[in-house]
Amino acid sequence: MGFYFPHTQDEIKEMLKEIGVSSIEDLFKSIPEELRLKRELKMDKGLAEPKVEAELERLAGANKTGKDILSFAGGGVYNHYVPRAVDYLLMRSEFTTAYTPYQPEASQGTLQAIFEYQSMITALTGMEVANASMYDGGESAAEAVLMATRITKKPQGPILLSQGLHPHYRRVIETYTKHIQFEKKTVPINAAGQLDLDALKKESAAVCLVVQHPNYFGCLEQMDEVGALCKEKGLALIVIVCEALSLAILEPPGSFGAAIVAGEAQSFGIRPSFGGPLLGFFASREEHVRKMPGRLVGETRDKDGRRGFVLTLATREQHIRRAKATSNICTNHSLMSLTASIYLSLLGKNGLAKLAAVNLERANYLRKKIEASKKLKLKFSAPVFNEMTVKLGTDAEKACAELAKQGMLAGVPLKHHFPELSDCILVAATEMTGKKEIDTLVEKLEAVAR
Amino acid sequence: MSEEKIWRKRGSMSYEEPLIFEKSVPGQEGFLVAEPEDKVGPEKIIPDKLVRKSELKLPEVGEQEVVRHYSRLSTWNYSVDHGFYPLGSCTMKYNPKLNEFTASLPGFGALHPESPEHFSQGMLELWRRLEDALAEICGMDAVTIQPCAGAHGELCGMLLFRAYFDDKGQKRNKILLPDTAHGTNPASAALAGFEVVEVETQNGLLTPEHIKPHLDETVAGLMLTNPNTLGLFETHIAKIAELIHQAGGLLYMDGANLNALMGIARPGDMGVDVMQMNLHKTFSTPHGGGGPGSGPVAVKKILEPYLPNPRAVKEGGGYRLDCNRPKSIGRLTGWYGNALVWVKAFTYILRMGSEGLKQASELAVLNANYIRAKLKDHYQISYPDSCMHEAVFSDKEFPNEVTTMDIAKRLIDYGFHPPTVYFPLVIHGALMIEPTETESRARLDEFISALLTIKQEAQTTPELVKGAPHKTPVARLDEVNAARHPVLCWGGGTPLKK
Repeated sequence: MGFYFPHTQDEIKEMLKEIGVSSIEDLFKSIPEELRLKRELKMDKGLAEPKVEAELERLAGANKTGKDILSFAGGGVYNHYVPRAVDYLLMRSEFTTAYTPYQPEASQGTLQAIFEYQSMITALTGMEVANASMYDGGESAAEAVLMATRITKKPQGPILLSQGLHPHYRRVIETYTKHIQFEKKTVPINAAGQLDLDALKKESAAVCLVVQHPNYFGCLEQMDEVGALCKEKGLALIVIVCEALSLAILEPPGSFGAAIVAGEAQSFGIRPSFGGPLLGFFASREEHVRKMPGRLVGETRDKDGRRGFVLTLATREQHIRRAKATSNICTNHSLMSLTASIYLSLLGKNGLAKLAAVNLERANYLRKKIEASKKLKLKFSAPVFNEMTVKLGTDAEKACAELAKQGMLAGVPLKHHFPELSDCILVAATEMTGKKEIDTLVEKLEAVAR
Repeated sequence: MSEEKIWRKRGSMSYEEPLIFEKSVPGQEGFLVAEPEDKVGPEKIIPDKLVRKSELKLPEVGEQEVVRHYSRLSTWNYSVDHGFYPLGSCTMKYNPKLNEFTASLPGFGALHPESPEHFSQGMLELWRRLEDALAEICGMDAVTIQPCAGAHGELCGMLLFRAYFDDKGQKRNKILLPDTAHGTNPASAALAGFEVVEVETQNGLLTPEHIKPHLDETVAGLMLTNPNTLGLFETHIAKIAELIHQAGGLLYMDGANLNALMGIARPGDMGVDVMQMNLHKTFSTPHGGGGPGSGPVAVKKILEPYLPNPRAVKEGGGYRLDCNRPKSIGRLTGWYGNALVWVKAFTYILRMGSEGLKQASELAVLNANYIRAKLKDHYQISYPDSCMHEAVFSDKEFPNEVTTMDIAKRLIDYGFHPPTVYFPLVIHGALMIEPTETESRARLDEFISALLTIKQEAQTTPELVKGAPHKTPVARLDEVNAARHPVLCWGGGTPLKK
């Protein structure tokens, strides 16, 4: 049966002869006999292409997705429209089947695209340098914290994490920093849903402050005051952004003195994909560039003076610096950064701002409906971008399960990570949820709320 | 050289293509976004001090020009679908198109990671079955498919070591590594807080004698790549594992080169305790110009309690996520890993089956040995024995100071991607060639013939080789200057102005 090998039996014989052995078996003689597998692998024989396709279609069909149901789920992964031109261009196998661009002369396509991506991320975040990509927002956040320990002179005290940080990101940060000396300390949010500035004021020495904006509960942070406080305290400010679309309408974190801006850029043309592959972005200040993790593409000239692009500042990286590298990252998420570049090129400056405005308005519409509702309440009063925490007054997990039976993904129940918010759900409104859908959501939420 | 001359050199089907920012025309839109319905205006909804005042410096380009831009850029890339891509230890095998189709099914792509379990039964089933298949291939007891790349898998493995010894109340702080190890190994060990001790190898192999002096109660274990980066099977691995276990340590195997072993020998049977594999190498998922990959980690039973959260488990007739695992190292990624890459690898495994996977490894080793046999009289090889999936040569005997870098660049002119160069570090000017099983004999012969021609050119017209490549969109690039004066974004080199 046709596998993906082109060899004929005759060719195999001739090749063995050229090598000077009599069988394929002979090629494996360096593996001691007692280590050989003496049986077949316990798995099915290969299936013909149509059968494999049918089996994968069955598995895909056993999922219920935003395509089949009305979805208001966000919490770090958002349901946005992906222009067809994005999908079409991503089918170009010159991009998909290339390796990391180690040979720049044969990889200018990937390299120029990454350079453009880095430029777009700096523009969005208001920062000076951005890397070629990280795995996802969670890993990017963890790498940001590790970088903060490198850029802070004589770091001491705890790593301050806002309570409004995505709970998964917090877990990833904990995993990555379990073995370094710094403690993690939570700075609480206030009744409005924003970082408690009075609590922050009381902190003395710390390595850095990690604050998410908009935060996990959807609330916008008082970035000007947070930035000013960090500056006053000499604290490295790390701003995490889970909904990158918000950057089109919000003054960028770079304007508030962020040392590092990291987060998730899934909203730029990447489908929810059960959470991966997504796109971690990572931006910082030029003065810290040699302390950054990840690949960087830089502009240069060839020997004839023509502009070209190369991987650069590799002395930070594992293949040169080994145990002293700024990160162990090697393969990153290049194709996802290409996806974002294509998406951002298509929407452009005006399109992206308009889309962000549509999201803001839809969320505002939802907010007004909840404020007018007799049964539903907003948990927090702070302004939001496209997501908010809604109090149902009843077990939110059960309520969501009930609505799921009716074919609706109403949002993300918060009980699992925040037991004190067991009657709350996180609801996102995007350009995919019109007023009519929002009306339906509110109606159904009211029916299950108490 | 004049612009005209450069142009002629590049041929008529090659295009100039500026940066997307340089194509920007104010007012153009590549995707028409509907105007907000209510036209309330952001400053009416959110505090004015938070509304963006800084200009958003994104390009303004119409759809057709965006499509042309990326189509043209793509023509400047070499790829597996173009031709032979023998990057050593990268396993650049053909990426079956069936995989791309299955991963594009909306039932996978549109699935939100916060969906309730009964909405994601198909994905959870695939998750469970893929981990089980990988466990069988590796001869291990349990697998997590959450790591997003090989190095991420290594980090996961090192954190598992940590958790295991912490749990046992042992302070073991050292990781041993052979001098042939990939750079991610020491970087991953260091990231998990270990001190790295490099161990010398002999004739390309690690021997029990080499590690014995290092083994004591401070050693957490050894990271070993097998087959190693010289393309050799570590024949002493079982004895080494025994010694490490006797000293109370664990054996980690970097499975980047698993493509030589499927259905032939299993790391689990060699005494390996933890290993990562790379779905974007061995299991045919495309590399994407630098990811996304996937780096599953396989473990022996004793390490299963520490695997990252959550786990997909089968229960009754369905599947669910288990987060209630107190000894887990915790969360490795924002969600569960690169699910769409899993779909591609799972598709490949179903298509290949037990015999197909074994045949893949056999033919990968056949192809590598064929290249080795045909080149060994012309390019210096470091070790006399036959190789596994890749063969490593040196530029040591090259005339006229022609180096590995020159050979690599000249190969591009002949229509081939260069091999991995200058790695492993223990070989002078290493050329590490991994053909994989998906290349035909005819293609290998063309490649071999190109390398033989380059050897001749090094003798007769060395300048031609040293000036290569000559047929690419750009000539050899100044990498030193790029690092000395970094320009990392458009209009960059200086901070972007408000």
